[in-house]
Amino acid sequence: MKNTGTIALRELTSYTTSPMAYVVGAVFLALTGIFFGYSSATYSSTSVSGYLGPGSLVLLLLGAMLTMRLIAEERKMGTLELLLTAPVRDSEVIIGKFLGSLGLLTALIALTLYYPLLLSIFGDPDWGPISAGYLGLFLLGCAALSIGLFASTLTSNQIVAAVVSGGILFALWFVGQAASFLPKDLGNTVAYFSLSKYYPDFTSGMIDTRGVVYYLSVTVLFLFLGIRSLENSRWN
Amino acid sequence: MIKVENVTKYYGKRLAVDNISFSVKKGEIVGFVGPNGAGKTTTMRMLTGFLAPNDGEVEIAGHDMLRHSLEARRYVGYLPESIPLYTDITVRSYLEFAARLRGLEPARVKDRIDAVVSLCHLEEYVDSIIGKLSKGFRQRVGVAQAIIHEPQVLILDEPTIGIDPLQVAMTRQLIRDLGKDRTILFSTHILTEVSTVCERVIVMHQGKIVAQDRIEKLATILQGGRRLRIEISGPAEQVASRLRKVDGVTQVSTKGSRHVVECSGAQDPRAAIMQAMVESGWTVLSLEALAMSLEDVFLKLIARQEAKQ
Ligand SMILES: Nc1ncnc2c1ncn2[C@@H]1O[C@H](COP(=O)(O)OP(=O)(O)O)[C@@H](O)[C@H]1O
Ligand SMILES: [Mg+2]
Repeated sequence: MKNTGTIALRELTSYTTSPMAYVVGAVFLALTGIFFGYSSATYSSTSVSGYLGPGSLVLLLLGAMLTMRLIAEERKMGTLELLLTAPVRDSEVIIGKFLGSLGLLTALIALTLYYPLLLSIFGDPDWGPISAGYLGLFLLGCAALSIGLFASTLTSNQIVAAVVSGGILFALWFVGQAASFLPKDLGNTVAYFSLSKYYPDFTSGMIDTRGVVYYLSVTVLFLFLGIRSLENSRWN
Repeated sequence: MIKVENVTKYYGKRLAVDNISFSVKKGEIVGFVGPNGAGKTTTMRMLTGFLAPNDGEVEIAGHDMLRHSLEARRYVGYLPESIPLYTDITVRSYLEFAARLRGLEPARVKDRIDAVVSLCHLEEYVDSIIGKLSKGFRQRVGVAQAIIHEPQVLILDEPTIGIDPLQVAMTRQLIRDLGKDRTILFSTHILTEVSTVCERVIVMHQGKIVAQDRIEKLATILQGGRRLRIEISGPAEQVASRLRKVDGVTQVSTKGSRHVVECSGAQDPRAAIMQAMVESGWTVLSLEALAMSLEDVFLKLIARQEAKQ
């Protein structure tokens, strides 16, 4: 637990010295800002689904970009050798890294609260659906980070890690749409595993327990795979 | 403190460490010698738990590195070969991170940082970003992080490579000092280094241990210098055959008036050679001791090993 915190904190501070994190964060804020401006100008609505909807794809990219270096970079620089020879569990390494990246993602998501705050100045937004939308964004973010972190354990090349996690993320996202071309039963089953299935419920203001469980399960599953993959690298 | 039993490691199909066994007792300083590619780094990675052996057992302070890895790792301080460090933070933040990760109680972190910083002469640089330091100073940071938690076992992979002579001397002194109350295994491919620092040597070649003995026993071989080049005015054939008869001379190769003489045994045969030449009425024009190359020494050790078996 203590080790997890040490690793998470180290990861979080290292983002502050990384130009990559600033660029990625700025792009995320700029894009969600554009979606926000567009949706509130077009529909003059006071709901957040207008930017949280398309914001989800940006979030997937953000997840891949923030996590690509977490293990890959340490492997490339050789610092993984010191990390993995310290009396620290592989699970503490993975969870610490995950929490570090989640810290930054949470901060970035928090910055977009600026948009609903604007809405509350010029209108009277309904905070219930907004909270639900943000919960959805956060949960999707957790899943994206854990998938990205898993990809980062597979290679010492950050770009490869980003491509792999981007691939998994978009496959899991669009498999829902693809499922509609499949026979009904199969299609429904496949759709059940899609990252995009529960997301619209959240942005339209519903908190579906199955959605919460689904995103948390995906997160736990990929953290587990990340731990296993890190363990495996000792046997290479 | 360190026990290695029948350990084998493959990288894919490539055999890097071939069924080696050795142990290091508490308080010993042991040199781990071998040419590049011998398998030193791979062995050390298994001792520190970074790599798992394909076969065999590694034990640190009585704890099995596979089954009780965390326990075993607590005893170890490690300086990897390439001195990998986070380059984006200051020496102080790095040492703090290392101290916490290695399990030092938070209350002692500050004192220990001060202690290792002064021990490794890093005072002026403790607030510098590691990425801006020269190789020599990074090496000091590497040593500092290895000893920050006062480990009982220190594993140093080529700690004196790529740094200036003054610092090499400093590092050797540090190893000697640290070795007074802890167990140290350090690797090197500089043979003379081991004789100045350690009590015992383990020699590795192509994944196998070809010799392990106390330094005095291997000293004559390891220090080299038992090959002489002599220039003698006299009939080359006769000179060579007379040289072969001198006590301790094992082999003579002749080129013109120059003879390269290989000697064995502990005593210095130079006086005997001089005398033999004088008695035969030939003049010794020059005599110099040739340092043996690393390869020669390894070849000798391997030959010795094969003769034993
Ligand atoms: N990561 C690796 N992948 C594949 N082969 C490796 C790897 N590391 C080392 N080797 C090979 O294993 C052998 C032993 O290497 P190493 O342990 O680094 O030796 P040393 O430290 O004595 O120079 C060498 O032949 C080397 O090429
Ligand atoms: Mg090496």
